[in-house]
Amino acid sequence: MAKKISILIVDDEESVRDSLYNWFIEDGFRVSCAENAKKALTILESDQFDIILADIKMPGMDGLEMLRRIKSIKPDSIVIVMTAFATVDTAVKALKDGAYDYVTKPFDPDDLTHLIRNATKQISLADENENLKKKVISLENVEDLIGKSEAMKDVLREIESVAQTNSSVIITGESGTGKELVARAIHANSPRKYFPFVSVHCGALTESLLESELFGHEKGAFTGAMYNRKGRFEMADSGSIFLDEIATISTKMQVELLRVLESKTFMRVGGNKEISSDFRVICATNKDLKGMVEKGTFREDLFYRLNVVNIQIPPLRDRKEDIPALVDYFIKKYCTSMNKPPATIDSAALKRIQEFNFPGNIRELENMIERAIVVGNGRKIGLQDLPLEKTFVSSTVESLDDFEKAFILQILNKYNWNISRTAKALKVDRVTLYNKIKKYDLKLADQH
Amino acid sequence: MSLSSITLISYGYIEKNLLEKTAEAVIREFQCSVSIREGHLDLSEFYDPTRRQYNGNALLKVVDSLSIPDSLKTLGIFNVDLFIPILTFIFGQAFLGGSSGIASIYRLSNKRYGIIGNDRFLSDRCTKEVIHELGHTFGLIHCPNPTCVMRSSTYVEDIDQKNQNLCAKCRDEYISLTGSQGRN
Repeated sequence: MAKKISILIVDDEESVRDSLYNWFIEDGFRVSCAENAKKALTILESDQFDIILADIKMPGMDGLEMLRRIKSIKPDSIVIVMTAFATVDTAVKALKDGAYDYVTKPFDPDDLTHLIRNATKQISLADENENLKKKVISLENVEDLIGKSEAMKDVLREIESVAQTNSSVIITGESGTGKELVARAIHANSPRKYFPFVSVHCGALTESLLESELFGHEKGAFTGAMYNRKGRFEMADSGSIFLDEIATISTKMQVELLRVLESKTFMRVGGNKEISSDFRVICATNKDLKGMVEKGTFREDLFYRLNVVNIQIPPLRDRKEDIPALVDYFIKKYCTSMNKPPATIDSAALKRIQEFNFPGNIRELENMIERAIVVGNGRKIGLQDLPLEKTFVSSTVESLDDFEKAFILQILNKYNWNISRTAKALKVDRVTLYNKIKKYDLKLADQH
Repeated sequence: MSLSSITLISYGYIEKNLLEKTAEAVIREFQCSVSIREGHLDLSEFYDPTRRQYNGNALLKVVDSLSIPDSLKTLGIFNVDLFIPILTFIFGQAFLGGSSGIASIYRLSNKRYGIIGNDRFLSDRCTKEVIHELGHTFGLIHCPNPTCVMRSSTYVEDIDQKNQNLCAKCRDEYISLTGSQGRN
């Protein structure tokens, strides 16, 4: 998908505009013209150009002032200034203000060809650089999908099969299970991988903010809309858009979203120009969308439009066999990022982690390991480094007695089996604690 | 468009043989009928004394305003040095997807560069320029293929490097734009 380079010609002389227009159109560029700087700035408010070729001497605002204004709005614009009256001073001024190059009219045809060829090369290098950066990020994130459990293998198989298609996907799963990672993995394995992956957290935005975020806005569309802004749908052109917490969007947004998904065209807030964008939609929710449809809080037509493929991510408690690998991965990740020596985890701590229910899923596990690396001695993560005591609910306990046994053991371990301190912490007397130790046959070795 | 008619109009003295050879190549390339005419125009009106050249934009407009019955494309061939305001010179220009274009043989002759004249080179270059500009009138844009006639040329050496024909990609594009088969 080769990008068509766009050029805006700004010159007060019609013959110059016509000549350049014909020259560039024959080279296959998308070309527009403006007869003065004011008109050019108006055009730039609603359209974007890769190269702006501007005359310096124009009635009203001159080319240098226009250059400064363009650069303040879009610093990476390529502006080439032209003049019939070449002076070193103006050339230096133009280049200092950010002009890409400076040429004197009339040009040699070869000079013009080289000038545009070099500018085009710069644009394609910048695009390539941007795409490679995005690709690296995508690949990094795909590596984050850890798991050898059957449940996770199923998810990976589904990602692989759905990635090659263009179908909409809904990813469901509890909070913290890694829905965005799955979305990134789908994108990174799809033919759209070299194009943007745009993520929108629908739950974090109010209706009007979400509208402006998704569709973009025109300058002056609302208070604070100082400049034209591309929406996320526009940014995701040729790539994928990830709509997290899709269940939280309002009924009005549901209608608008459905329209966009059907036509792949939309208008910016406050705009009147139809914009088309080719994107793939991936959504995520931790809610029961089907239930919401039945209750009438989520549109049925939108649900079916989005729910072409559903990937269900299992909670961490249903794939505990993945915990050691995840723990190992997070230890390496945080030791590296905090510039600490490689750490390990002792078996008692790992066993305790595996017994934990993790209502916050992988996010909670990750935070737990990050904290342990921060507060730990930097060599081995032990029980004392894990913040389990406050939230501890072992998945192996099935009765009140089991719970009491596990809890007393945890506090005993915390105080290194100091009976007085443990009894004080449990707010019981020492005799009661001894009785409980006897009742549950607790031993110092139980911690291992 | 199975059989389109193209009119080549010469302005100023241009050898008949050169025009006929060019017309034959155009017929071969576009599979169309070609007629040659002599144009009469006071070129002094288009002369720019400061540049000592002739205004290509103005001349293109004149050729475009001609109404020639049954002619789908019209191309004016000049023997004077053409310019457009922004460029020091042009070999020719045309309205992309339009019905007219112009070309000049002024800079195509070896003599212009202090080399002994060569009629074969001149004819070859003229043919390529005319086919190139007519290609634009059919909607074809510049081609990156160095041997394709639609390759952009800024020097005669560039013209010499390319063939008189459209490359396969441009031919496909030409067929899809016009519905014509062109050269077999």
